[in-house]
Amino acid sequence: MSKSLPEDPLIRSLVTAARKAQISRRGMLLGTAGTIGAASAVSLTACAPSGNSIVWANWAAYIDEDDEGNYPTLDRFEDESGIRVSYQIDVDDNNTFYAKVKDQLALGQDIGADTVCLTDWMVGRLIRFGYVQELDKANIPNAKNLLPSLQDPGFDPGRTFSLPWQGGFAGLCWNKELYPQGLKNVSDLWAPELKGRVGVLSEMRDTIGLIMAEQGVDISSDFAAEDFEKAIDLFREKVESGQIRNIKGNSYLEDLKNEDTIAAIVWSGDVTVINAEAGDKWEFVIPETGGTLWNDNFVIPVGTKKNADVEKLIDYYYDPAVAAEVAAWVNYITPVVGAQAEAEKIDPALAENQLIFPNEETLAKVKVFRALTADEEQSFGDSFQSVLLGA
Amino acid sequence: MAFGAFATSAPVVESAPRRRSKVALLLLLPGIAYLALFFLVPLVSLVLTSFQAKTPGTDIGVYEYAFKIENYGFVFSTYSEHMLRSLLYAVVATALALLFSYPLAYFIGVTLRKFPLLQALSLTLVIAPFFISFLLRTLAWKQILSDEGPVISTLKALSLLGSDAHFTGTPGAVIFGLAYNFIPFMTLPIYTSLEKLDLRYVEAGSDLYASPVRTFLSVTLPLSAPGVISGTLLTFIPISGDFVNASNAFLGSSETAMVGNVIESQFFTSQNYPIAAALSIILMAAILILVSIYVRKSGTEDLV
Repeated sequence: MSKSLPEDPLIRSLVTAARKAQISRRGMLLGTAGTIGAASAVSLTACAPSGNSIVWANWAAYIDEDDEGNYPTLDRFEDESGIRVSYQIDVDDNNTFYAKVKDQLALGQDIGADTVCLTDWMVGRLIRFGYVQELDKANIPNAKNLLPSLQDPGFDPGRTFSLPWQGGFAGLCWNKELYPQGLKNVSDLWAPELKGRVGVLSEMRDTIGLIMAEQGVDISSDFAAEDFEKAIDLFREKVESGQIRNIKGNSYLEDLKNEDTIAAIVWSGDVTVINAEAGDKWEFVIPETGGTLWNDNFVIPVGTKKNADVEKLIDYYYDPAVAAEVAAWVNYITPVVGAQAEAEKIDPALAENQLIFPNEETLAKVKVFRALTADEEQSFGDSFQSVLLGA
Repeated sequence: MAFGAFATSAPVVESAPRRRSKVALLLLLPGIAYLALFFLVPLVSLVLTSFQAKTPGTDIGVYEYAFKIENYGFVFSTYSEHMLRSLLYAVVATALALLFSYPLAYFIGVTLRKFPLLQALSLTLVIAPFFISFLLRTLAWKQILSDEGPVISTLKALSLLGSDAHFTGTPGAVIFGLAYNFIPFMTLPIYTSLEKLDLRYVEAGSDLYASPVRTFLSVTLPLSAPGVISGTLLTFIPISGDFVNASNAFLGSSETAMVGNVIESQFFTSQNYPIAAALSIILMAAILILVSIYVRKSGTEDLV
């Protein structure tokens, strides 16, 4: 379905008015939303836009979406810029995405996407290999709105190649109905009554990061391989004893919903989403001993020549009002300064949401897993995978 | 001839014409080109990859051609358990599929012979699951068999299962999923054999005072053996390399990982291509050896 506006001025104004009326996903799911379906049906008559088109590869449930499956903020960008954006939910996992495109990247060929959002450590790898292009900050004036704490990460000093899309925490989640006592720390997952009902993430830095934090290791510091192996040993023990049953990527949500998993290590924004989808059953907390903090970042892969259009897109999403709108839907941390003020206009409670706009106190509880060397990436990854495979 | 099992049971009287016709060769050309391009080239590339080695100091996933035979030693010492588990699951799942499919194929192919409409309808039902992606069907089973799902919670309510019992993530669930997904591949070849079964032979068996069991073993089973053999091969081979059912995201867990899961993880997650390639080659060799022995041993006459 085309997302551009129809040419007929009357219909055009109708569609624009309808789009303005859109509200946050939570509000929508709670049933407070007005009817916008009729207006969206009108947009079916839209004609093809002129101008450039780009492809944006991203993760599932990671952008504002209405009931019709349209992306309101993206639609507005298309109207304003005349650039047509094909939004592809192509990234399921950093590793599998990398495996899919690395051969083209090595040859400098097009990977079928002009920009893609990947997690810090994977962006670090792409930069090491020279698989991404420098961003022309002159085209992204709004980049000045980037949170100061994110301006100089180890994997990309000065943000030459990447800019954050959204960030999030890894922490603990439990089913309030089946496990009312709740969780405070990672070690609470090892309670005998939770045996076989515990899930963890297949993202190594989150699962092992949380265990290491509880073992007293600062995961952002230059920790030793022994510290990592100590956490792996505990992880292996819990998997082999059957305490941990599910080790998954984003599909862990299914296990929470069908209640195979009662308590788990999860990503922050998802809990809000499933609570809205399947009844207010789950609670999220950052462990007292510390959680992890990560960001997914825009990069421009080698092989595309549409840098200027992508930069326009990034610039658009660094507008605080747009960032606030996206954050209200996805419930992840927005990297944009000023978005909080904009969120206050949408809903004061939104601006207080610690998962979207964490304050100093919340941020003190989380750490970024430090950048690993290539050798560490290989050997730590192998250790982690060997536990997953029961080898 | 190893794959003679696929031929019909009728004896071949005439031998193939000896004279090499240029037309025949020309007609073979596309097939040969196809095999060379899509089988031989990838196979050679896979073998070469399996001997690759990492150069010290290079980044993740960078390998160069070497003759590192240790890759195979590492695979044998690390993943022999997964190899054996895969073959065991494949044997059990194939046997289950056979136990389920044979009566089904017999019913459709023999019992329903007088009702062509019902027969066609039943066959359609066997094939119907293919209309939905097998990934979706497997995920649906995961929901049905989940801890709080209808099956397990009923069994718990009847005290047939302990309160902390679960099914998904166990070897039983994986074997169930494998058998379920491959039943049509077993049923259809057996049906093709049984559909042609000449019932006068069965009649002759009872005329000669053979018990029904005896008649089945001496007449029906041998005559349907080609179907059974192709059915078991069509299920056993893909099951050995399956990586969906046993994966964490479907019916398995880390205690049920099969070779396919190891290959997938080594290839996509760890970027450890030589190990993945070596595993693939060992798996291919293991299947080839087992299947050759099986086909040779079960030459249609010796099956009973």
